[in-house]
Amino acid sequence: MLQEFSIVLDHKDRLLIGLGNTVWIATISTILSTVIGAALAMALMSRHVMLRRAVRVFIDAMRCVPFLLLAYIVYYGLPSLGVRFDNLSAGIASLSLYNAAYMGEILRGAWVSLPKEYAEAGEAYGFHGFKLFHRIIMPSLVLAAVPVLGNQVIQIVKDTAFLTIIAVPELTHEASAIQSMYYVPFGAFVAAIALYWLICRMVEFVVQYTEHLADLRR
Amino acid sequence: MALAQGAVATVLLSLAGIAVGVPAGLVFALIRWAKIPILAQIVAAYVSVIRATPLVTLVLLIFFALPGIGIPVDPIPAAIISLSLNTAAFNCEIWRSALNDFPKAQVEAAEATGMSPVVAFRYIIFPQIWRISLPALVNEITLLIKNSPAVAIVGVVDITRAAVRIGAQTYDPLPPFLIATVMYAVIVFVFVKAQASIETAMTRKFDF
Repeated sequence: MLQEFSIVLDHKDRLLIGLGNTVWIATISTILSTVIGAALAMALMSRHVMLRRAVRVFIDAMRCVPFLLLAYIVYYGLPSLGVRFDNLSAGIASLSLYNAAYMGEILRGAWVSLPKEYAEAGEAYGFHGFKLFHRIIMPSLVLAAVPVLGNQVIQIVKDTAFLTIIAVPELTHEASAIQSMYYVPFGAFVAAIALYWLICRMVEFVVQYTEHLADLRR
Repeated sequence: MALAQGAVATVLLSLAGIAVGVPAGLVFALIRWAKIPILAQIVAAYVSVIRATPLVTLVLLIFFALPGIGIPVDPIPAAIISLSLNTAAFNCEIWRSALNDFPKAQVEAAEATGMSPVVAFRYIIFPQIWRISLPALVNEITLLIKNSPAVAIVGVVDITRAAVRIGAQTYDPLPPFLIATVMYAVIVFVFVKAQASIETAMTRKFDF
């Protein structure tokens, strides 16, 4: 067993490349899904009934589909409609789209429980429309929803592992490659799991730090 | 047809995961709640690691590493073990929060009337916490179902895998993918509906 770990350690470069890819794919997808999610939350809170209904259908549909199935639809299904992605952009597109639905729902939940006075005070100071959302509502939403958003980021990190199935060179994919070359299943996957655990602890740390900052601001 | 077989596989695997994972989660939660030394720390570490582990990676570990330590394992048992290990960690947290919120006065009252801890758990604690935990448990079940396609990586043919195969044969992957989406929606809907009807029945029976 120790021998397995020393073989994995000899090939730590590959594992670290996988780790790097997992981190940046998760980071980009987090940013994109938060931006799209904010737009979805705005649509859910808008006055237009049709817009609200359309976005609601989209979110509910996303929440029924397993992530892997969506990744397959984007990677294998969309080319038959003439939209073609390589595996990496298909992975990022599906991660962002899928988690945007959850982000939208989280932000809407925080928005509904946000005191009305925030928006009213903003309006009294002359903020309207997008500026009101961007400068007044959005920061309070994010601070209020940080713990739940953090959970969703961990979900995104874990979802990136599915992308090994469409051959994206992320952490699990690289661990798989090392294990199939040297037959070190225990060492390779335990090392990968340890790295996933580190990423998630880091996300939790950022969440706690942000909450601490939010407490100081209050 | 292949999709229908895939649906059976998805449902049976999920049910197996639930059948093992929900009671196992309760046992883990009780270990932490009772603060049993060493075991409680092991459970806490297990929950922390599993919550950070992608199911795909866990399935690969179980499927490839168990034979290495002399336990040969087929894809389907490997899938069931992984799903159970995964969902048990999340269920442990659900049961634990219900146990932590459980009024201490009731436990003490049970003790004062001479109930053993086992009797108190069976007749006082459990009948209340399962009803409190039900919505969260069902939510975790829907997450389990949506995570279950991960088992395809070791060759188990579930709904998703069956849809990919049909798409590869017909060169038209969109229709099987859309049917698969509807199938998942129906399965999730059945569980959510079952939860709602259990809750209504309970409210009618106990009137609170």
